[in-house]
Amino acid sequence: MSAALLEVRDLVRHYALPRESLFSPAPLVKAVNGVSFVLQAGRSLGIVGESGSGKSTIARLVMALDHPTSGSVQLLGRDLHRLPREALRTARRDIQMVFQDPYGSLDPRQTVERIVAEPLAALSDASRAEQRERAAESLSAVGLRATDLHKYPHEFSGGQRQRIAIARALITRPRLIVADEPVSALDVSVQAQVLNLMQDLQQQFGISYLLISHDLAVVNHLCDDVCVLHRGLVVERGAPADLFAHAEHPYTQALLAAVPRAEPPPTRNML
Amino acid sequence: MALLEVDDLHIHLRTPRGPAEAVRGVGFSLERGQTLGIVGESGCGKSITVQALMGLLPPAARVTGNIRFDGRELVGLPEREMCKLRGDRIGMIFQEPMTALNPVHTIARQVAEPLRLHRGLSARAARDEALQLLERVGIPDAAARLDAYPHQFSGGQRQRIGIAMALACGPDLLIADEPTTALDVTIQKQILELIQGLVAERGMSLILISHDLGVIAQSVSHMLVMYGGTIVESGPTAEVFARRSHPYTQGLFAARPALGAPRGTRLATIRGSVPELVDLPPGCPFAGRCGFTIEACHATRPPPETVGPGHVARCIRLDTVRAAEVAQ
Repeated sequence: MSAALLEVRDLVRHYALPRESLFSPAPLVKAVNGVSFVLQAGRSLGIVGESGSGKSTIARLVMALDHPTSGSVQLLGRDLHRLPREALRTARRDIQMVFQDPYGSLDPRQTVERIVAEPLAALSDASRAEQRERAAESLSAVGLRATDLHKYPHEFSGGQRQRIAIARALITRPRLIVADEPVSALDVSVQAQVLNLMQDLQQQFGISYLLISHDLAVVNHLCDDVCVLHRGLVVERGAPADLFAHAEHPYTQALLAAVPRAEPPPTRNML
Repeated sequence: MALLEVDDLHIHLRTPRGPAEAVRGVGFSLERGQTLGIVGESGCGKSITVQALMGLLPPAARVTGNIRFDGRELVGLPEREMCKLRGDRIGMIFQEPMTALNPVHTIARQVAEPLRLHRGLSARAARDEALQLLERVGIPDAAARLDAYPHQFSGGQRQRIGIAMALACGPDLLIADEPTTALDVTIQKQILELIQGLVAERGMSLILISHDLGVIAQSVSHMLVMYGGTIVESGPTAEVFARRSHPYTQGLFAARPALGAPRGTRLATIRGSVPELVDLPPGCPFAGRCGFTIEACHATRPPPETVGPGHVARCIRLDTVRAAEVAQ
């Protein structure tokens, strides 16, 4: 049996806070407190939760940007946190990230070409000509033009910038893209374009997403499975349609009940 | 007489890319005790419009038209006079509760400040009043936390403190600019319910700005949809939701991913992106992105067309839009 694309087992990450007094032990923040999930190739998993639930910590651990207190992250059978440096560099080609803020995540002083080709430059031995060609390919996959290669980020709108960030993630031909709130900074009409694009890429390249979001509807749109995270623990998991129709855990129910619906029922006591 | 009447409001701003008309001919009125929502995307002019109401526009902004608050003209009102209204008759809740509060003052002092300034209360009386306000907005154990600083509170609690400040002098009009955008959904629900409760209890008028149609649906009786510095559709919330008429309003509704939609559903998109204020076209601001655009759309700004009771849309192609809807 082939290994799962991503297998996270008993992941724990505690952060020590500054000591309150000289003799007391440093208090711990249990950001992630024993999380396990498996993501099969070609499927997508959403992680929903509110601020402080540990979802961004999970993203950082999966990207090997931070070390777990205990537990493991296996990408295609390789434990990312136990790989030697060089092997980790190779493994990083399979896993790329898209960040929330399309303004902060692109270097304003670099051309789009350098931004998009950067993962190739860092993780492979591709020549400049090859990098340029792959960058153009990547841009066209996200609906931008090759002539955009020579522009700078400030010449693009928020939605186009997020496309550039996605093009950068695509350039290493990854198997998994970790997307941390990829559309929450975008306007509604632009958000829909980016979600459709992410859906197309999923079908076209067989990419899996680990989608971190506070927005249940966005997760519902892109993911096959959802984990609901609360205080560092997965409190409920399942297919979005089932989960949202028959939530069992009180926290999931509270989360669903709090989503404002865009239809005003006539019986509600309007002001 | 309406509490607030805005008539043919134009706001010109200086931007790094040249002069821009950020608000072009906005008009609406608000009765005492009425609640009004403004929806739109970034750059539509919704925040600039309420900044004009509060007299908080950048100094280089040029305002023409009328803003009559309780019969008094606010356009061109000297800053000294505006200061007397702001925080007294008009209260405001901001998007980012951390930056709206002063980090180096205790919460008691901040909530008491408008009371001392506008009502001339003594320090003791203002502090007592601040305690009552903080208790009303649901700060747990408020008496013991009067001398705490903003950073010692969570985001939701900070927004409650911001609400207490806005309410201190019992304003006639409360303006809330994206009050829950920085908060989690469960906290958002609590804050919206708190605002609704306070508005009903004190008979205030409310202007709520939001990009979220769900928030608008739950909180206000009337709404405006803004695009490119103009109001493209307006009316009672239930009416606008039931009969979305302007193509932009329809696009905005269709673009939201819905909970419970089957996997693989495509979202309807609005092609292109929101135009920059500097490049706004002379005709209908939505003309470039709308599927129903004809030559005439580019020529002049569409006049208001009545589509239902109190329900108005600015589009010259309403008949065609409606026919397309029926055909679907």
